[in-house]
Amino acid sequence: MSTQLKNLPLDAENIINFSSHRNEPKWFTNIRLKAFELAAKLPLPKPEKTRIDDWNFTDFRFDTKGTSVKSLNDLPEPVRQLLDETEQAGSVLIHHNSEPVFANLTEDLKNKGVIFTDLATAIQEHGDLVQKYYFKTDKWDKHKLTAIHAALINGGSFLYVPKNVQIETPIQAIYFQDASSSGLMAHTIVVCERGSSVTYVESYLSDSSVGSGAANLISEVFVGENARIKFGAVDHFSSGVVSYVSRKAKVEKDGSLQWALGQMNDGYTVSENDTNLEGDGSSVDTKVVSIGSGAQKQNFDNYIRHAGKATTSRLLVRGVQKDSAHSIFNAITKIEHGASKADGEQTQRVLMLSKDARGDANPILLIDEYDVIAGHAASVGRVDPAQLYYLMSRGISKEIAEKLIVEGFLEPVVDLLPIEGVKKQLSELIERKVG
Amino acid sequence: MTAPELKIEDLHVSVEGKSIVKGFNLDIKGGEIHALMGPNGTGKSTVASAIMGHPKYEVTQGSVTLDGRNILEMAVDERARAGLFLAMQYPSEVSGVTNADFLRTAINGRRGEGNEIPLMKFIKTMDKKMQLLEMDQSFAERYVNEGFSGGEKKRNEILQLMMLEPEFAILDEIDSGLDIDALKWVAKGVNAMRSDHFGCLIITHYQRLLNYIKPDKVHVMMNGRIVTTGGPELALRLEDEGYDGMKAELGIKDDETVEA
Repeated sequence: MSTQLKNLPLDAENIINFSSHRNEPKWFTNIRLKAFELAAKLPLPKPEKTRIDDWNFTDFRFDTKGTSVKSLNDLPEPVRQLLDETEQAGSVLIHHNSEPVFANLTEDLKNKGVIFTDLATAIQEHGDLVQKYYFKTDKWDKHKLTAIHAALINGGSFLYVPKNVQIETPIQAIYFQDASSSGLMAHTIVVCERGSSVTYVESYLSDSSVGSGAANLISEVFVGENARIKFGAVDHFSSGVVSYVSRKAKVEKDGSLQWALGQMNDGYTVSENDTNLEGDGSSVDTKVVSIGSGAQKQNFDNYIRHAGKATTSRLLVRGVQKDSAHSIFNAITKIEHGASKADGEQTQRVLMLSKDARGDANPILLIDEYDVIAGHAASVGRVDPAQLYYLMSRGISKEIAEKLIVEGFLEPVVDLLPIEGVKKQLSELIERKVG
Repeated sequence: MTAPELKIEDLHVSVEGKSIVKGFNLDIKGGEIHALMGPNGTGKSTVASAIMGHPKYEVTQGSVTLDGRNILEMAVDERARAGLFLAMQYPSEVSGVTNADFLRTAINGRRGEGNEIPLMKFIKTMDKKMQLLEMDQSFAERYVNEGFSGGEKKRNEILQLMMLEPEFAILDEIDSGLDIDALKWVAKGVNAMRSDHFGCLIITHYQRLLNYIKPDKVHVMMNGRIVTTGGPELALRLEDEGYDGMKAELGIKDDETVEA
């Protein structure tokens, strides 16, 4: 993980070739090339209290092959487990290394005008739509990592729900990496037009066969007027993979968004989760859980911006730190001038399971308006001895009692995940990482 | 199977260096229900917590044995597995852990690996006990004590008692804050447990609960030790006369003991 490579080991020609193989339109190739040029010049982001200068964001193989499958039964076991058995014909998109290998969208949803496809296909078939939303929640020239992402995008999903379409069954995307030294630059766009609703769940996993690699993920979420999106995610990259994960959303008038994020990477991670409550009456409920283990270093930045009037936000961050893991948790609730009657509440709790672990929770409220309600709570502590005593007094051993308490602590996100297989994945990851 | 026996001899307990219990003796056998009464701050709950092994309570002298085994040498969970149960005055809340998972883990902890309770059997047993306590089925899936009212927490303690079937239970002020209906549920639960293989110590301020659970013996505790013992009539007398009359009669002066 200490490879000190500041720049991409590529030249512009590699990028042009890659882009033309994928039949990308000119506007997209142009962004790639401009981004590639800037990637060499732009600085890394500066996450609070975490030094990332020597993390490997640049040394990886970005053009790795996947294996197409005709039937879900041919998928590798760890992927198959994420699918609901009862929903074999559900709407699901599966990526293997840097290729989409399986896609299904129910006829019913197709007929309603729903688009759900890998990003490369979306760029070809719905270029205008993609262009309308691509890098609109953030800029690709923001820093070195966004530029690397824009230059080398090799995956991603595009979900578009036209207005007034309600989707009951969750829509699922799975990314599976197993090629040695692979890098995943996945860009996801989820759009819900006015009055529509959807639940989307993305799972990222990598096999230890990747060795040292990188993940640079950006998901952009657009909640239209009076629309509703539930966005669930479980990240699980293996210990050699350095991750930059950015999930950003914009919510229009009376729209509502729910984030349920299980951040279970085993490697170094920088995570940014931003919600921009742009429209009046819009709301967001963010729940994020993570576990730091081994010698992991992680930085979690959760940001909510209240711009519209009468906007509501709830932010719950829970992290467990064990071994010699170090994590920084920043929560920022920003209430803009004019966002009267805004109501923002944030809570961050960090549970320390070892002496050598470190966890910092930094609660930040930035308020430029008088007529608002805002609150924050943050704590870093150990397992409550009273709880431990209580469980042990029923005959439960100390180790199992601790495990129950820790698993319970991270339960809020498990509870919200709408797909049984993904719920189980997170539960098992928690069990394994805590165990 | 011989009747179980819980024997407490010359127990002294300190909390944060302060001596609270000073020479407490008690012998309970299977089939017996004892009541331990006394004014606030005399060390009743301290006895209970020390026997269970609460880390804040330090036993400075004396012994506690269960069927001849020294339980003071055991960790809290070992004491529970040896057959002790304490219904707590202030049960903890454990967020994210359902009552059902908690109880199943506890039962399996006692049964040991390879001898886990079959899931269906567990569910049926829990359903039955919850019905007896008139608890809504949803309690099984609710997180342990989270958002429970005072009365619900106490009922949940009794549910655990019934599920775990210990040899000895100490009920620490299980009646405090309970209305008359809740009191009856608690009594129903405890009475359903009565057998030669179950002994119980009920700690209470009031005689009220003893109308529903008939004790074999009533002990009065003051200043860190038992000062008098009698039958159920003693509790009735206390209800009429209060503790002050008894103090005068026994020549007891208040000391500074406070309940920790």
